[in-house]
Amino acid sequence: MSADTTRPAAPVAAKGALARFLDSDIWFSFKRSPVTIVAATVAAVLILSALLAPLISPYDPFNPATLNLMDGFTKPFSESMFGNYFVFGSDNQGRDVLSTILYGSRISIFVGLMATLFAMVIGISLGLSAGYVGGVYDSVVMRIADIQLSFPAILIALLIFGVARGIIPPSQHESMAVWVLIIAIGLANWAQFARTVRGATMVERQKDYVAAARIMGVNPLRILLGHVLPNVMGPVLVIATINLALAIIEEATLSYLGVGVPPTQPSLGTLIRIGQQFLFSGEWWILFFPAVTLVLLALSVNLLGDWLRDALNPRLR
Amino acid sequence: MLAFILRRLLQSVVVMLVVCLISFSLFHYVGDPVASLLGQDSRLQDFEELRERLGLNDPFYMQFANYIGNALRGELGISYRLQTPVSELIASRLPATIELAMASALIALVFGVTLGVMSALKPRSFTTGVVMTLSLVGVSLPTFLIGIGLIYVFAVELQWLPSFGRGQVVDLGWWKTGLLTESGLRSLILPAITLSLFQLTLIMRLVRAEMLEVLRQDYIKFARARGLSNRAINFGHALKNTLVPVITITGLQLGSVIAFAIITETVFQWPGVGSLFVNSVQVVDVPVMAAYLMFVALVFVVINLIVDILYYVVDPRLRIAGRAAR
Repeated sequence: MSADTTRPAAPVAAKGALARFLDSDIWFSFKRSPVTIVAATVAAVLILSALLAPLISPYDPFNPATLNLMDGFTKPFSESMFGNYFVFGSDNQGRDVLSTILYGSRISIFVGLMATLFAMVIGISLGLSAGYVGGVYDSVVMRIADIQLSFPAILIALLIFGVARGIIPPSQHESMAVWVLIIAIGLANWAQFARTVRGATMVERQKDYVAAARIMGVNPLRILLGHVLPNVMGPVLVIATINLALAIIEEATLSYLGVGVPPTQPSLGTLIRIGQQFLFSGEWWILFFPAVTLVLLALSVNLLGDWLRDALNPRLR
Repeated sequence: MLAFILRRLLQSVVVMLVVCLISFSLFHYVGDPVASLLGQDSRLQDFEELRERLGLNDPFYMQFANYIGNALRGELGISYRLQTPVSELIASRLPATIELAMASALIALVFGVTLGVMSALKPRSFTTGVVMTLSLVGVSLPTFLIGIGLIYVFAVELQWLPSFGRGQVVDLGWWKTGLLTESGLRSLILPAITLSLFQLTLIMRLVRAEMLEVLRQDYIKFARARGLSNRAINFGHALKNTLVPVITITGLQLGSVIAFAIITETVFQWPGVGSLFVNSVQVVDVPVMAAYLMFVALVFVVINLIVDILYYVVDPRLRIAGRAAR
């Protein structure tokens, strides 16, 4: 509340949080951009339906008891011989494509979010400390980041995945696959965060409030996390959003390459991999609908990230 | 000049040593090679014999020294999966990847520069709008989906082009090329386009941004005032000055093209080193993984070195700065 007393002239501060948000520049630029509104709606629908998959999916695609092989290869928008209706058709095992997509995007989004979070935590802690401490530590961390950034993330993720496979006993490959993916993708993407945070931290370090806090004898860790971090979060948020789209695509790519999640719990990439086998025999829907979902998901998150970057950039206002 | 090159060479050697250490640690700590080479019902004696034969009982530093020595002689171990020397495997698959990467780099460079210049010279035209929008969509589409889309359109529906493999190859003794036969060239088209798209959009956007920047400069205005033809201004002055960053990015991207080929090769079942790597990761074939890592690192280091030297040659400002520093 001390902030309010210093700016008594600002009427905005007196309102509630929601009103303040509705009055903010961000909400204003959101309202002004139809593309962003569409992207946000698409992303929200996809994420919500993935979250609610067990409730809203018409069939349980992974329960062998309810599957009927005779239902296989049903065309979209039609009924199978046994009276089961499949909106997006069914695959070779008689699984409802819509249900597999709902459960699949659940895994894709989960891996994407967790991997981004993981990359963010590593990147922020290394970037903050490197920017604040400087010296040899800074140059070592940044050199590693440079080297890693010059290689494609997918290559690094593949390598880490392979290494993790070698370390984990084969019996646990399937159960650990999702976590291995998260770590591999997260470790492949931390450098971008570290670089940005380090740059911003080096700027913040020079400012008076940091000097004041230091003179007051505040613990460096507390200066970094409590004072510097909130001031560098803007660009981090932008990178995180764009990184989420990247991570989702990377997960799909790895699963498509056959090194991601096992076929028993398919993500969107696995579904596309399965669907490609039936492309030549004319069953296009097994591939088409998961692919469209993946593209919509990646594209909408990407557009949101682009918008956020412009909205948070004071130079463009 | 010489000092500059030597310094860069030294840096490259250090990077390669670090990569060697990483790939050796892979060898040393990941998985049990003996268990993956032998079946589950082999005798304990077989395990011991193989362990001895592969040199796995030696101390760490000796194995590392051996590893580097062997790597320098081109011996990178024996694939656990295929039981053949890794260097032979890579050598037999390298031509496919290099031809693919070169073809796609060429496509990316030609179309990227052309479209970039076009969109910079006519920023408000309809085609520019279409190209820019497409490039935005192209960047956010995963590579493998673009490949599958191309397969569906050109191989399944239109049946114009083959969807997998390299077609017929001609054996030149040490290099199996697909560039000399019709089926080889036809097979190359779809994968090369798929692989080039990302680089293409990157180069296009870069050329466009640089061109727009350069066209605002005073010397361009002066050239116009001198009454030079549009062609001389746009291509003789503006484009020439945008080419330095374009060379850098294209060169640096060549390494990424080879690494990105992993995905394209898998989509099109292209028999290159990328698909070899993916298959090795699936079954944790550590020698191949380690060798591929070293191969890609070597490509990156060499390309970086060449680009740096080219930079030095192309941009006179760097030379002057270097002399002043000394």
